[in-house]
Amino acid sequence: MLFSKPTPKESLVVKGARVLDPAEGVDGVLDVRVDNGVVAEVGTVLQANGHRVIEAGGLLLAPAFVDPHVHLRTPGREDEETIESGTKAAAAGGFCAILGMPNTDPVVDSAAVLGALVERAREGAEIPVGFLAAITKGQEGGELTEMAELADAGAVGFSDDGVPVASPGLMRRALQYNAVTGRRLALHCEEPTLSRGGQVHEGPVSAELGFAGYPAVAESVMVERDLALAAYEGQPLHLLHLSARESVDALRAALAEGVEATAEVTPHHLCLTDDAVRSLDSNVKMNPPLRSGEDRSALIEGLKDGTIGAIATDHAPHARHEKEVPFEAAPFGVTGLETAFAALHTHLVEPGLLPLETLVERMSAGAARAYGLDAPRIAVGAPANLVLLDPAASWRVSEDSFRSRSANSWLLGQTLQGQVRMTVADGRVVHE
Amino acid sequence: MGDIRVMREDMRPPAPPPRRHLISIEHLTREDVERLLGTARSFARSLEREMKKLPTLRGRTIVNMFYESSTRTSSSFELAAKRLSADTISIKAAGSSVDKGESLKDTALTLGAYDPDVIVIRHPQIGAPELVARYTSAHIVNAGDGKHQHPTQALLDLYTIQDELGKIEGLHIAIVGDVLHSRVARSNIQALKLLGARVTLVGPPSLIPRGIEEMGCGVSTDIRSIAAADVVYVLRMQRERMQEGANYVPSLREYTARWGVTPERLRPGQKVMHPGPMNRGVEIDPRVADAEDALIEVQVRAGLVVRMAVLYDLLTGGPVGVQVLETTEVA
Repeated sequence: MLFSKPTPKESLVVKGARVLDPAEGVDGVLDVRVDNGVVAEVGTVLQANGHRVIEAGGLLLAPAFVDPHVHLRTPGREDEETIESGTKAAAAGGFCAILGMPNTDPVVDSAAVLGALVERAREGAEIPVGFLAAITKGQEGGELTEMAELADAGAVGFSDDGVPVASPGLMRRALQYNAVTGRRLALHCEEPTLSRGGQVHEGPVSAELGFAGYPAVAESVMVERDLALAAYEGQPLHLLHLSARESVDALRAALAEGVEATAEVTPHHLCLTDDAVRSLDSNVKMNPPLRSGEDRSALIEGLKDGTIGAIATDHAPHARHEKEVPFEAAPFGVTGLETAFAALHTHLVEPGLLPLETLVERMSAGAARAYGLDAPRIAVGAPANLVLLDPAASWRVSEDSFRSRSANSWLLGQTLQGQVRMTVADGRVVHE
Repeated sequence: MGDIRVMREDMRPPAPPPRRHLISIEHLTREDVERLLGTARSFARSLEREMKKLPTLRGRTIVNMFYESSTRTSSSFELAAKRLSADTISIKAAGSSVDKGESLKDTALTLGAYDPDVIVIRHPQIGAPELVARYTSAHIVNAGDGKHQHPTQALLDLYTIQDELGKIEGLHIAIVGDVLHSRVARSNIQALKLLGARVTLVGPPSLIPRGIEEMGCGVSTDIRSIAAADVVYVLRMQRERMQEGANYVPSLREYTARWGVTPERLRPGQKVMHPGPMNRGVEIDPRVADAEDALIEVQVRAGLVVRMAVLYDLLTGGPVGVQVLETTEVA
């Protein structure tokens, strides 16, 4: 289900880093040796065996990250991102695998479109990439796509991301059919008649600035509907980019009742509140919108207690000229692949809001779990998917620093603490 | 000797003052507002003279960019500039390059190439004035951006109230109607609060934005509550901003029956204001609009002198707390 260009595997030894893999219960200053792309030994003072040696004293070695939510803009908007540029950006952000969303032009709703993407990934993807296909044809919410065929053609899951599956009847059919494909349905929860025209979170900030409000309840009623349908059909689902406290509460309650659901949250919803839109900067405009401090706290709490198992960037590149317009005219979405770890480390780990271990787990194993992918692990015999981080390094986010073709980042100009030094994806050094 | 000195002064490149804009009432201090109102009053006196033109801004260039239809705001900005002897250019969206799909950024860069001193902009989208401020080196005056702000309207309303009631501090103002879609309401709430007035918003719950009470105003859905106010400020029913099928009110007829401002709902002597243009018979009864206590034409006259004061203040400097934008800021 993941595709990348064929590359030779590498051998290396990382010496003296703090090795942290919460899922494997590893945390200590250790050496890690990779033989021909596979973790061969984890221990103290390992022999180099003639491998390339990376002295990593003072650095942190963790399982590389998985991003379950990326917009690669291919086909259709290759000026904004390509599979090649997006996977390079991901490698620079410490990711060893990413999943691309199907809201492209044309929409990934047939085996032919998906097949072309797979081919391109095999030619130019720097790191393994998977593709979701649409739930409904053209993402129009009318008819189901040929999901079984799409699954056979390599779809890693299904989503109409960008728009909700508005019809409850159709959503139910998709869940029923899920038993055939066995691939996750990933849902963008938004009740369109409640969010219509909404630009920012509905609350005191939208009232003062005059923006049409996009209320939290527009998300949470849809989350509740989909969880109820999933429970009724006994099928699993994945909730995309949660933003509202009520959504987290509904998910927690459903999980307690045994509903099989996973969820993700973005760095921007974890770091910012709707206060940020006072800047009228179009780089803080996204869907779902930034919400209140209370919502933000609930998302952090949900991430900590495992209700939300994954962090997803929702990396949404936009052309410069499309964002250089008044806030209300700007498209929704911000980039995030190259800043995710540093942003979360700076805004959550450093101030003590989230343990580093949880951040690492939710960016790697937790994210993989949502789609049933093999989790990156630092364990003997596992493919080498590693990220070497410098938690003390600070750097200024600027347009020049991006490998992505787009620079619509909410972090431009900010100084962040925590930097990716090296990424190993599927046994190959893809960034350093 | 004095002459030589002046010439030397003039040849020296002037130190660039911080670029000041009037984009939101939020950026003003009480002192700023009081100074602007004072300047407006002195212009009002000068306009009583036979020769109404002042040489103050001779040689300055003021560009008016109007992306929305407007009668009173565009005409009063233009006349204000002319009364101060500035050169003016007026651009309307219809018939300009905007019709050909030119972006606001490119229009700003184009007009900015003439080195205008001030750009006055009205635009249907929130944030347009900030954008123009980013791409030109002119002082920006917001003449209304979407549902966000209309600061010169609020200033002229303050001027009117002060003139008619002798003070603003301690007064109670009821703002009635479609607050949700009203930039006038937002600017006025901030301006009135800044000068110590009390504000109550009155209207249908669906047209009062959720959370607006955090701006420090009261909220009521009962039209009878306007009787307690010193001034009743009637907002236009912004039909052009009503999204189709949004059903904010079941019908205009029901709105008028419930929230229309009629003589019966007013106390004798209560002053009534309206930013215009009015929908007579919808939000305001024609008898109220034409009554002696209606200040609607006074507001229009105040608009001229207040806008003269704003242009004068921005261009002649002075330690004003009007917003300073970093020119290096990236969109």
